[in-house]
Amino acid sequence: MATATRTLHRRDHALSHTEEQLRVLDGGAFADGTLPTFADKLRELGRWPLLPGSIRIFQVNVGYQCNQTCRHCHVDAGPDRKEVMDRETLEQCVEAVRESGIPTVDITGGAPEMNPHFRWFVGALKEAGAREVIVRSNLTIFSANPKYHDLPEFFRDHGVRVVSSLPFYTADRTDRQRGEGVFERSIAALQRLNQVGYGVPDSGLVLDLVYNPVGAFLPGGQKDLEAQYKRSLERDHGVVFNGLFTITNMPISRFLEFLLASGNYDDYLARLVNAFNPATVDGVMCRDTISVGWDGKLFDCDFNQMLDLPLARQAPQHVRDFDREALERRAIRVSQHCYGCTAGAGSSCQGEVA
Amino acid sequence: MSQETYYDPADLGRFGDIAEWDRELARKFFDWYGEVFKEGALTEREKSLIALAVSHAIQCPYCIDAYTQDGLQRGVGEEEMMEAVHVAAAIRSGASLVHGTQMMGRAKKMMM
Repeated sequence: MATATRTLHRRDHALSHTEEQLRVLDGGAFADGTLPTFADKLRELGRWPLLPGSIRIFQVNVGYQCNQTCRHCHVDAGPDRKEVMDRETLEQCVEAVRESGIPTVDITGGAPEMNPHFRWFVGALKEAGAREVIVRSNLTIFSANPKYHDLPEFFRDHGVRVVSSLPFYTADRTDRQRGEGVFERSIAALQRLNQVGYGVPDSGLVLDLVYNPVGAFLPGGQKDLEAQYKRSLERDHGVVFNGLFTITNMPISRFLEFLLASGNYDDYLARLVNAFNPATVDGVMCRDTISVGWDGKLFDCDFNQMLDLPLARQAPQHVRDFDREALERRAIRVSQHCYGCTAGAGSSCQGEVA
Repeated sequence: MSQETYYDPADLGRFGDIAEWDRELARKFFDWYGEVFKEGALTEREKSLIALAVSHAIQCPYCIDAYTQDGLQRGVGEEEMMEAVHVAAAIRSGASLVHGTQMMGRAKKMMM
């Protein structure tokens, strides 16, 4: 069975450079006009430039460190990554949330819990008035080190909403994407979360799962997959959860590496473009989310962050200069990877959008 | 245009082009096709698995491509897909074998 990989960064792979990823994405069928660029597609719809609505999610990437090295990771996260948000920048994030009144904070990584200031940050966000704090947990972090064992209790005590990746409800597909033994450890972690009340009806503690296709295909219907997950996880492992978010794999970073190495790249991009659904444009997450990088830089989304595509020049560029109104007046930066968010029923960090 | 094989995978994506030479019949076909695969007494997932099995029975490479992908998207597992193919194969081989009774009957009638 194939297992996890090493980071592109560590292998000094050409795709560890964002310019190379953008060169690939802009080339091929987009360069020769076989496929329309995403900008052209928006122009065709009269939606160019793409404009945001009201920002309701403040998404913070607190670092690229992770105890796992999943094969599809768009962050190229892994144990060797050193990029970690420092205390000063975290404080600037807290201030931005306090000042802006944005209701939801979505903490991601890497494994966000590995940031040494993580627990302080969650508490400070709550004090700053964040109505909802989401932590994107990879689950295996609970058993990665004794200092993480009490994370379920910590999450419960702070009313955190937990969103966890589980790419399939069986071990084989999950481990193929995330590494050998990950499924078993993830199930144990989900059982721990259930024990403290997560996912249990009427507990008020929300546990959502994330489905990513394990390969070069699009996610199917979210409702159907959620029903399959609920049936299988409860029957086979006694695990309960609230909702399933289906997320399309973006053709960037390690998933881009997989697409190129497996000869799936051209077909996958064509599939994304052919599945373009105009009804998803209103709901794409860059319209209601702002993404903060580990160094405090602001981006339209986590994917633009990983491609190092900065915000439009007129907008504030760093969280220390956070200005919600100015950000809501910006034009959103798009590239060909954006087709990943508009294919089929659409895709966002909250799952389907249409 | 030169083509080295009878089947071109890209033709699957051009299926809709059959409307170029007969718009009305193509429209009727694609409307009907869409209706067939909607959830009814059977779920869309069950219909997808039936389609995958039939694709193998009729050995249509376009259909195998389409319904393998459709199955993966719907979260169909490898075991389920292979079981469906065995069902198709069992019916096909059974259909051949059951004709053995015809052969036997004919032979018995003719032989002393």
